[in-house]
Amino acid sequence: MSSISAMPAPPSSDKRWKLVDAAIKRHGRAGHSLIECLHTMQECFGYLDEQGLKYVATALNLPLSKVYGVATFYHIFSLKPQGEHTCVVCMGTACYIKGAPQILAALEEKYGVKPGETTKDNKLSVLTARCIGSCGLAPAVVFDGDVGGKMVSSDALKRVEKWMNI
Amino acid sequence: MTAEELNELIEQEVEANKLFVHSINVCVAAGCLSSHADQTLDALKKEVKAKGLDKEIKVKGVGCMGLCAAGPLVEIRDASNAAQVMYQGVQGEHAEQVVASAGKQSVQSLVCDTSIPFFAKQVKIVLENCGLIDPERIEEYIVAEGYRALQKCLQELAPTKVVEEVTKSGLRGRGGAGFPTGLKWATVAKAQNKQKYVICNADEGDPGAFMDRSVLESDPHRVLEGMAIAAYATGANRGYIYCRAEYPLAVKRLKNAIKQAERVGILGQGIMGTTFNFTVEVRLGAGAFVCGEETALIHSIEGKRGTPRPRPPFPAQSGLWGCPTLINNVETFANIPPILRKGGAWFASIGTEKSKGTKVFALAGRVSNTGLVEVPMGMKLREIVFSLGGGIPDGKKFKAVQTGGPSGGCIPEQFLDMEVDYDSIAKVGSIMGSGGMIIMDETSCMVDVAKFFMEFCKSESCGKCVPCRVGTSQMYDILCKVTDGTATPEEIAMLEELCDLLKSTSLCGLGMTAPNPVLTTMKYFRNEYDAHIQGKKCPAGVCKIKAAQEVLV
Ligand SMILES: Cc1cc2nc3c(=O)[nH]c(=O)nc-3n(C[C@H](O)[C@H](O)[C@H](O)COP(=O)(O)O)c2cc1C
Ligand code: FES
Repeated sequence: MSSISAMPAPPSSDKRWKLVDAAIKRHGRAGHSLIECLHTMQECFGYLDEQGLKYVATALNLPLSKVYGVATFYHIFSLKPQGEHTCVVCMGTACYIKGAPQILAALEEKYGVKPGETTKDNKLSVLTARCIGSCGLAPAVVFDGDVGGKMVSSDALKRVEKWMNI
Repeated sequence: MTAEELNELIEQEVEANKLFVHSINVCVAAGCLSSHADQTLDALKKEVKAKGLDKEIKVKGVGCMGLCAAGPLVEIRDASNAAQVMYQGVQGEHAEQVVASAGKQSVQSLVCDTSIPFFAKQVKIVLENCGLIDPERIEEYIVAEGYRALQKCLQELAPTKVVEEVTKSGLRGRGGAGFPTGLKWATVAKAQNKQKYVICNADEGDPGAFMDRSVLESDPHRVLEGMAIAAYATGANRGYIYCRAEYPLAVKRLKNAIKQAERVGILGQGIMGTTFNFTVEVRLGAGAFVCGEETALIHSIEGKRGTPRPRPPFPAQSGLWGCPTLINNVETFANIPPILRKGGAWFASIGTEKSKGTKVFALAGRVSNTGLVEVPMGMKLREIVFSLGGGIPDGKKFKAVQTGGPSGGCIPEQFLDMEVDYDSIAKVGSIMGSGGMIIMDETSCMVDVAKFFMEFCKSESCGKCVPCRVGTSQMYDILCKVTDGTATPEEIAMLEELCDLLKSTSLCGLGMTAPNPVLTTMKYFRNEYDAHIQGKKCPAGVCKIKAAQEVLV
């Protein structure tokens, strides 16, 4: 076993690394805290970049291949930046039955983005989810973290429209 | 915290509440919050203050009242905690009317009739505190007989007696498979290792299911108490709650509950003045359905990719970091405190011969009353859908109920009079699963539904075993051909063969049960498959059938 080396220096002087550092240290730099640390990093930066993955790998004393393997296994982690705003359409069973596919189609028609894509001006990312637990209010769409229930395409387009015109 | 201190705390809380003549309870679980219940709560608090009634009326946030579709829900109760009235769709602007109606004439335009079967036919064990207590205050849980079962175990019952009581109750795991909980506990208890773990499976991956979410958000201490009792019974001293990251509110309330329990000495070292130690940590999932499977979940807690491994050894023998590990579902743990408070025999008196107690179901899809219901095992499916659920809206016709998520199947009309329990649902080719019930009407195409679930399984397959990785992909391709009208009879035969192959050779439950939606729809809705293949037509008008020319080129 290699002994724990000194904490590496963060990739940049960006203040957000302090939060990532805190998460790493809170778990005593244990390898099993990898997923927790990746969550924190994504919360801080919106996605996981290569520099960041290398940094977490060194800090937790894990091979980069393992960190990369975990980061790509789980759907929540994103290796590329998202647009300024995100619109997550739930495609779980309840929402699917109640018309979520039509909402996605409307978004695609209007903004030319399929699930997982971002508009050219980098303003809007459209994503899908596998049920967010608001099935009683299906179909559900999450606008920048704010859940909207019983959505119809026109409501969803209206909410997105507000972002696009600023 | 000792027994005396616990009693003292209860007295203080009861004393503080004595002054209130009414309480106005506002649902602050996720469903109502997305209808802006937080604003309703604020407005009501302000109104009570403005009218100088804050000594008489207590306004508080509570957990889920069930009828999520009608939210935000608000209930007025009197000093004896008897309900005066429930209101639905309450917005900030209604605050004045609502506050003025406490103890007086109710606001007719807002009334939510609680005498309808949706409320009246429920039997609440798991959800007994939901809608009544503030999930963010341990004091309220304790006054509602909380942590009394743990206290009883620590003071009066040897660990083996606790396991016996759970066995006697006949409780079966609510995570899907229905494994007898007492037997699982006994296995972990028997293991000789010094280090053992208790894990609560709060991954709730089935799309369309939100029972666990509701329990965690509405009554988090109940789950902690269940886990602590399990730890005492099996000899574990550390616990993990693996909660999906899609439930940020549940995570927040759990972390808050753990902190409170630690503060009063109900979790931590030397619990309630005994030598029993137990600490709990929350671990976040990261959006992988397969992580609900117990061995994959354990890998995920260890910080690894969430791939399952062959069993045996079962986690009860070798689980987290190779130690014996008890893993149960949220709802399973939530049943434990009442079982120990009231006895295993009491629990076993509810339900059917082989499925005891109650089950929480999440009603969603094409049904009038979407939300959560808790009913005794053995209630007829028809009663759940048409009486509690209020039937199908918009004058449409019932087609099927989907239970068990991607591992379950579609139950057609001919089985509506079936009594719902583990064994009867399994008999018709579906599974009880975690309790999601998606109701479908004539606007749903059953082949399209089968394709929907196969797409789910295909992309959620972890890729470790070939039958599941390749098989789900092949099945999905064939189903795509069925829905665009280009499938051949040979391909249908191949589809059936693949069902059999996945069932018998996959590594974990994901692959083994992935064929279920296809098998049940092929069995009960064969005419719809035929209509697509031979008639080149989608009866529900959902699928886009390719025109003959398109097929040729
Ligand atoms: C693919 C797959 C997904 C699962 N997802 C869940 C889940 O989300 N929640 C859950 O409690 N159990 C889930 N299970 C079942 C667990 O493996 C395990 O049986 C259960 O947590 C045991 O708890 P119980 O005995 O209290 O039911 C899943 C199983 C499989 C095969
Ligand atoms: S299926 Fe969309 S929230 Fe559950």
